Amino acid sequence: MAPPAHRRSGVNKKAQLGVFTGYVVAGAGALFGAALLTISLLAPETFSGLRAMASDAAAPAGVVGAKGRTEGQGIFEAIGGYYRAGSRNARLEEEVRVARVRLAEAEALKQENARLKAVLGLADEESRPVATARLIGSTSSSARRLGYISAGRNDGVRPGMPVTSPMGLVGRVLEAGAESSRVLLLTDSESMVPVRRSTDNVVAFAEGRSDGSLRLRLVNLGINPIKKNDVFVTSGAGGMFRPGVAVAIATEITRDGAIAQLLSNPAATDLVVVEPIWQPEAVEALAAPPPQPDAAPAG
Amino acid sequence: MEQLNPQSRRDPYGSRINRSQFAPLVYGLPWLTVLLGSLTPWLPIIAPAPVLPPFGFLLMLAWRLLRPGLLPPWAGLPLGLFDDLYSGQPLGSGVLLFSLALIIIELIEIRFPWRNFWLDWLTAAGIVVPYLIIAALLSGAEPTLVQLRVIAPQLLLSILLFPIIARVVAMFDRFRLKRVLRTD
Repeated sequence: MAPPAHRRSGVNKKAQLGVFTGYVVAGAGALFGAALLTISLLAPETFSGLRAMASDAAAPAGVVGAKGRTEGQGIFEAIGGYYRAGSRNARLEEEVRVARVRLAEAEALKQENARLKAVLGLADEESRPVATARLIGSTSSSARRLGYISAGRNDGVRPGMPVTSPMGLVGRVLEAGAESSRVLLLTDSESMVPVRRSTDNVVAFAEGRSDGSLRLRLVNLGINPIKKNDVFVTSGAGGMFRPGVAVAIATEITRDGAIAQLLSNPAATDLVVVEPIWQPEAVEALAAPPPQPDAAPAG
Repeated sequence: MEQLNPQSRRDPYGSRINRSQFAPLVYGLPWLTVLLGSLTPWLPIIAPAPVLPPFGFLLMLAWRLLRPGLLPPWAGLPLGLFDDLYSGQPLGSGVLLFSLALIIIELIEIRFPWRNFWLDWLTAAGIVVPYLIIAALLSGAEPTLVQLRVIAPQLLLSILLFPIIARVVAMFDRFRLKRVLRTD
């Protein structure tokens, strides 16, 4: 392609100045970007209002797209699914047969659980969901793993609230706009959830690895008790997530824990439930600065 | 004249009689397509890992390389700002990286005024690879080795997808310059 005519300004003083101004403005733009970046890295919450407004503006289009999304399909799975339909169907039927049996067993356990709770006189502390929303998008080209849901402050959603799907925990609300919110997905490398093994009290932290898996770090180091296919659920520590929500299944054992796969793959999730913070007082106490030693009563 | 050659009063963009190009389309379409490209996070794809190439950035590169001078050198500021609002990156990383990319292309253009498609592809690849790596490092998350490994498929996809995006942009370019009925 030929070089553009605008740069061959020749002796025309005005054209030369125009080209020069273009470069100056471009350089100033880059510097402005660097300044903005420094601010948002040092204080990540600074521009959340701006982003919330922007996502509110684009959310209706996202909702339309999410309605059209069929279950369980990433881009490549959607294409690959056509090739494996037959064998997959047979396998799924087999799985359904097994699952029906398991479901019946689970029903029985649930009844037994309710009976035992009644015996102990415990109140059934089922938390009421704040809002039901669609998972309408995710930052599919950035290194951060954030999702967008179609519920916001008008529905009662506030930052910090856990987001779950029927399959398990999805993440927590990071910023809430009026009609849409940004969700920090579990796989984001800044996300950390206290978990325990579903069968006993092996406690660990589940950190995101931003590649779709989680890294489980044991709290008590020593002999690693985790085995493959162990299921981990939220432990309730920290007060943010209600205990007992399924999080991940261990697939690979490491020295200080395990690599785990998410149980609630966001790609397969359409509708999500925003739950209230489990113990708001505990979360506030953790977020508040420690009390001044002077303020404590003497003696 | 038309009986001798029916194409005599036409150019590739349509008849030249009582037809002219539509200014909002001519100057607006590149901006519009890049902005739409930045809206990829609203596609109904919930990716567990970064897999999609940065469409807004690639579209901007393709327009810039196809039509030098159409996007001004300062276009990185507004386009990057819009991209930041949706991409999940900290605000400002797009402004900085989009602006730097346009400035670097200016410098490459001074060095190689006559370019062909292969050089364009090489330029785009040479810009999008550092873009993705720097964007991952600036994403606000702790930079780890895993993170850099995760973006490898995205890097490859972005490089391989550039020729297709360039063809799509060329298609948009023909649409942009279509002659429509003159209204004045």
